[in-house]
Amino acid sequence: MQKRLLVRIPILLLLLCLSSALFAQKKTVTGKVTDAKDGSPLAGVSVQPKGDLKSGVVTGNDGSFTITVNDYVKTLVFSFIGFGTLERPVAAGDMNIALTGSSSGLNEIVVIGYGTVRKTDVTGAIATVGEKDFQKGSITTPEQLIAGKVAGVSVVSNGGQPGAGSTIRIRGGASLNASNSPLIVIDGVPLDNDAIAGAGNPLSFMNPNDIESFTVLKDASSAAIYGTRAANGVILVTTKKGRGGALKVNLNSTNSVGTLVKEVPVLSAAQFRSIVNTSGTAAQKAMMGGANTNWQDQVFQDAFGTNNNLSISGGLKKLPYRLSIGYQDQNGILKTDNLQRTSVGLAINPVLFDNHLRIDLNLKGSAQHTRFANQGAIGGAVTFDPTQAVYSKSSRYGGYFEWLDPTNPTGLTNLAGRNPLGLLEEHYNRSTPKRSIGNLQVDYKFHFLPELHANINAGYDVSDGKGTTFVPDSAAESYIAGGTGGQNNRYRTTKTNTLFEAYLSYSKDIASIHSHFDVLGGYSYNNYLTKVYNYASFYASGSKVPNSDPAFPFDKPEHTLLSWFGRANYSYADKYLLTATIRRDGSSRFGPSNKYGTFPSVAVAWRLKSESFLSGVDAVSNLKLRAGYGVTGQQDGIANYAYLSVYALSNSNASYQFGDSYYQGYRPGGYNPNVKWEQTATSNIGLDYGFLDNRISGSVDYYYKKTTNLLNSIPQPAGSNFSAYILANVGDMTNKGVEFSINFQPIRTNRVTWDLGFNITYNKNRITNLTVIPGDTSYPGFASGAIAGGIGGQFGLINAVGGPKNTFNLYQQVYDAKGQPIEGVFVDKNHDGIINQQDLFKTKPADPQTFMGFTTNVTVGRWNAGFVLRASLGNYSYNNIFSQTGTLNQILGNSVLYNGSTNYLVTHFKGGNAQQLLSDYYIQNASFLRMDNLSAGYNFGAISHTHTNLRFIAGVQNVFVITKYKGIDPEISAGTDVGPGNPGIDNNLYPRPRTYFLGLNLDF
Amino acid sequence: MNNNIFYIAAALCLSAAACTKKLDRLPTNDITPDKAYSTSTGYKEGLAKVYAAFANTGNTGGTGNPDIPTQIINDEGNSDFLRLYFNLQELTTDEGAWTWQNDAGIQGLHEMSWSSINPIVDGLYYRSFFQIALCNEFIRQSADGVLDGKHFPSQSVDSIRHYRAEARFLRAYQYWVLMDLYGNPPFVTEKDAIASTIPKQISRADLFKYVESELKGAADSGLVAPHTNEYGRADQAAAWALLARLYLNAQVYTGTARYTDAITYCNKITVAGYSLHPNYSELFRADNNLNIDENIFTIAYDGTYIQNYGGTTYLIHGPANIPGTITGCNGSWTGLRLTQQSVQLFPDYSGNTDHRAQFWQTGQTLDMTDMYTATAGFSTFKYRNITKSGAPAPHADPAGNYSDIDFPLFRFGEIYLIYAESVLRGGTGGDAGTALKYVDSLRSRAYGGAAGVIPAGQLTTDFILDERGRELYYEACRRTDLIRYGKFTTGAYLWAWKGGVESGTAVADKYNLFPIPSTDLSSNPNLKQNPGY
Repeated sequence: MQKRLLVRIPILLLLLCLSSALFAQKKTVTGKVTDAKDGSPLAGVSVQPKGDLKSGVVTGNDGSFTITVNDYVKTLVFSFIGFGTLERPVAAGDMNIALTGSSSGLNEIVVIGYGTVRKTDVTGAIATVGEKDFQKGSITTPEQLIAGKVAGVSVVSNGGQPGAGSTIRIRGGASLNASNSPLIVIDGVPLDNDAIAGAGNPLSFMNPNDIESFTVLKDASSAAIYGTRAANGVILVTTKKGRGGALKVNLNSTNSVGTLVKEVPVLSAAQFRSIVNTSGTAAQKAMMGGANTNWQDQVFQDAFGTNNNLSISGGLKKLPYRLSIGYQDQNGILKTDNLQRTSVGLAINPVLFDNHLRIDLNLKGSAQHTRFANQGAIGGAVTFDPTQAVYSKSSRYGGYFEWLDPTNPTGLTNLAGRNPLGLLEEHYNRSTPKRSIGNLQVDYKFHFLPELHANINAGYDVSDGKGTTFVPDSAAESYIAGGTGGQNNRYRTTKTNTLFEAYLSYSKDIASIHSHFDVLGGYSYNNYLTKVYNYASFYASGSKVPNSDPAFPFDKPEHTLLSWFGRANYSYADKYLLTATIRRDGSSRFGPSNKYGTFPSVAVAWRLKSESFLSGVDAVSNLKLRAGYGVTGQQDGIANYAYLSVYALSNSNASYQFGDSYYQGYRPGGYNPNVKWEQTATSNIGLDYGFLDNRISGSVDYYYKKTTNLLNSIPQPAGSNFSAYILANVGDMTNKGVEFSINFQPIRTNRVTWDLGFNITYNKNRITNLTVIPGDTSYPGFASGAIAGGIGGQFGLINAVGGPKNTFNLYQQVYDAKGQPIEGVFVDKNHDGIINQQDLFKTKPADPQTFMGFTTNVTVGRWNAGFVLRASLGNYSYNNIFSQTGTLNQILGNSVLYNGSTNYLVTHFKGGNAQQLLSDYYIQNASFLRMDNLSAGYNFGAISHTHTNLRFIAGVQNVFVITKYKGIDPEISAGTDVGPGNPGIDNNLYPRPRTYFLGLNLDF
Repeated sequence: MNNNIFYIAAALCLSAAACTKKLDRLPTNDITPDKAYSTSTGYKEGLAKVYAAFANTGNTGGTGNPDIPTQIINDEGNSDFLRLYFNLQELTTDEGAWTWQNDAGIQGLHEMSWSSINPIVDGLYYRSFFQIALCNEFIRQSADGVLDGKHFPSQSVDSIRHYRAEARFLRAYQYWVLMDLYGNPPFVTEKDAIASTIPKQISRADLFKYVESELKGAADSGLVAPHTNEYGRADQAAAWALLARLYLNAQVYTGTARYTDAITYCNKITVAGYSLHPNYSELFRADNNLNIDENIFTIAYDGTYIQNYGGTTYLIHGPANIPGTITGCNGSWTGLRLTQQSVQLFPDYSGNTDHRAQFWQTGQTLDMTDMYTATAGFSTFKYRNITKSGAPAPHADPAGNYSDIDFPLFRFGEIYLIYAESVLRGGTGGDAGTALKYVDSLRSRAYGGAAGVIPAGQLTTDFILDERGRELYYEACRRTDLIRYGKFTTGAYLWAWKGGVESGTAVADKYNLFPIPSTDLSSNPNLKQNPGY
């Protein structure tokens, strides 16, 4: 059905179009759009005939445009994100248009789910960031473009690895155990949030240079059209399109070098020696070597990166196109880390049949060559004995120094750390992920009823992530006696996600009653199919590890969403606006009784500026009140078949012996027949404002989100299920907060402009229920935040009713008169004479309550400079490096010597007391102010001949951090792993480099 | 033209309707129970997991696909049955301490100060219930009514009935473990539906009756005669051996002694044709699956097919500082040592006279001067992953990680000791002369001749306890034995670091039982904590 339909509908449309072919008279208008500020050409400005916002062209890189319009069109509308809108009568000859930049272009078009609206007509909490406001510099992953730019949106990179993803949180996230990541939609294709094998994160395949704008749908009234996937907000990414006109070429190149900002403070070789000589046994003293090795110097490097992009756009006859090619080569600051990405983007956007048929074809592809460094070397470098030389004189184990034990067949000491540099240089994890996303969107405006549109969107997202981990048999990492070990293991995952959507929309102005209607109804089919290949394990030699064959050669998890959606907009006299949406989603992830969910929303807005009492007040350029309510869902983070009882066959190396045969076993999996989606109800009240010709503008929003049916992995009564923990819908949580943003232009002259932007978000999270029977006080909450180095299963955080998620739950340290912590002595909270679990107390939160962004930009003539600051307040981190390695036991308490944190010199802790790891002594204030970006540019303007424009930009990323936090980086709330990570626990973060970059941009 | 709109609308509706079927997605490799049990092979594979539930840690060899969620045991290598059971039965006694106090749940075990939040205490509890849940499911799926609908050949149906009896035996075994360690656990059987029942708690005395009747039921209808099953699978002798052990400890479990019953079941096993394997040290070698003379029921391990980091893999790597060349693996994890009290149960612990004394002394001190120092206390190489002839284990993995040694849950040597103790404690149906003969035969094997034989007057119950310490050390019996003798928590027997002090001290009686995990108390409102916790 699906496929035949896909073919049939365009044919039908085509017939419709042809039947009423090209009747109208045409004329061609040309011109050029410039920035009123400095006369520089503005590329990408939308030029549309008035009254027909669905058709039009955009200006080329030199600001020029050519548009063919019907004879009766009298006025053209020019609009550009960040510049507002200008209407000009159609003139003969070249039209020269100067647009004035404003930080809150009121009349710009905003992309929303399934369509666009004028910014003035927006009723929900929506923020848009266009190219002009992106973070600048050497950006390897697109979401970093908007870090610090939007109130309510926090973007925290997961570390310094090239291509590493970011943790994006919109208004704090609405979930505990399931996903807190927003839905990302690229040109109408919703992405699957799971990473692909061998690639850093779901967005890392994209060339940041291809992105035109981000739209963030923050509240439920704007996001509910995406139903079950919208509870954490939605980010709509719009890529650059073809612009028509003459051939335009843009070439830009950014080269950068990243440096390590700060090393983890560990004992020097001299300090280490003195400790071992004072406290070690004779055998331990003898273990020491004669070298002075800074292992962190050994594993980190200056990382060069180059990022080059070429884009060509123009029009072939009437076919606007844009083709871009990007090549990036980025080293990591951890030796052997490298990412090479080649990306290609093609957009073709013809408008046919007298502007009745609009076709958007977007194809994007990227291929990466990645070598992932073995990140075990980061922790290894912190703790490896600094008195040992890097290399041994022996040729064994690759020539690297290793701890040896001749009584072992391998010759290596068991459970001892391996040489950190050897871990890097003898570990080849290489992958070649490829990905392509594309869609064909056809919008047909009926000839007999131009107010009626039919829109069909068919899209795909396919990827193939495969790679190999090779470790030579000489490497200590996986050494086998006799030197036939090592590894040579493959991995591969492919994804084939498909999308088909169709909707009809109808819009009508009824002047007699000052009303405008816009209604839309549609259907959406999303299918997510993954294929995970399972391979046997191999030694470096290529011979198979005996009996390592997987039970199945591959697995194909798949899930499907079927949806119907509708939206109605109504505006009265341009003053009163109403939006209502509904979406009904069906998901294959739930059992028969829970397959479908309905997600409604409604929002109203009142444009005070349009009222008579304000329309004459020039000082006020915009004032709009908004209120909305809606319900959204969440189904990410749920297994595909969690409601079904299914049996899984074990691998053959987990068999059982009967007689002389070995049988693989069928394991029934734990299941919950009643699992369903999380549901979040959001109320939002907002005010948009603009004063003094919009030189001061911004918005304030208050929101209240209540999530119910939280998906939680909860313990099952023992014996009642096949797994002791099952994902179930238990618990409620609220997020409430205030967002404020302001943009201010203190200076706006022809030569000098100065822009300031500031946003602040306050979010208060509170868990209100976690148990099947609400208010069950016997349930302490569930722990998270695994602490390394201790007894496994020790957690620093608790999620408990009454507090925010990720609250530290630790023992309260007792200090002596001098303020020194006393090892193993804690406050006996319940005065029962013993220190045990009952004495843990809930202390600081790991998540910030307040975060801010501050951006400024100054343009003086051809010079331009700016910076981005980001701050986070009220968040705390647990310094796991201090607690794990800051003890004498760390140095001397193992079979070989390990280096320790300099925190040992402060505490002189002996170590070995498991409770000490749970001391609140290790909690440190991780509030910070970070300058993300500082850059300056110079625009040479036209050089040598008129059509070439040259610009330079130079700057620094991660310029400085001001914090009280004593670890290398306070910003660890994102965790260090893929996925939810380990919030608030600082342990072996991949350091974020400080990056110096120099870029040039050439247009011709 | 309007017709065209109609077509589009109709097409849209049709496609929507057609697609709703696509909301019924099924997994590729995992299958529904009726499919899994659609063939007799499926039943055997179901049974394989029922057994593997106490051998492996998960569905993938090594680690990677655990049975027990990481919320309960973070490190999968610690989550198999034997490693957990061994830790609770041995590390709490004179036979063991583990060097790495930072390992999950270790702290407090040897000190006897554990609480209701301890990953090892929780781990064994949830591991036992995992196997019980699998047994329940298997028993449900192999009920006569279900089998009738399958139209298998009658031979297959007969086999499946045997499998079902074995599942009943394994369930009874795990309930015995729970009864012995936790006293009053929750109780679920095949009659309780999965995912919708909140189990009720059962008292220790009632559970005793249940285990007893299940073992007899399985033994009488379904389990095959001794020595007639495939290796690795339980037969009647396995059920009898557990009954013997159950009755030996009945006084502890129910307050009523049942020594006569213990003797009855020892006799049944003796009559069934078991004998002592001639060489003690060969009982714990890589090819000990061949010891069908003495093995009654084992957990099978294999370096290639049954890989995990618990089980006997733990018992070859765990002992401190023993070179891998001796234990037949890639080296020691430098963890397990014994207290001097346990070593000194052997008047000559060199191993020269009593060959059961297999202690690693090089670099170790006899006295356990510190609980958490790898060299304080001897370690033992009782388990060696080499064959009887000293050759490498037949299925050894090249990396030297995994063990081929099977673990004897029940071996005939113990039956002799149960018999002797039951006679000494007043059970009827046996006699003192036979008891002495049995003990002497164990000791003669140990000494390699008559040097080990004892005079009749020396055979007392206390001697039996010490003899069990010599014969069965590191076989996960010690805690149960000490409790039966009233020596576990009291001052009647002290060992190094008992109660957390070097000279040893008595601890509260509550430690005779482990606590119900607090996790289960908060998820099952029917449960009451054991006294004192």
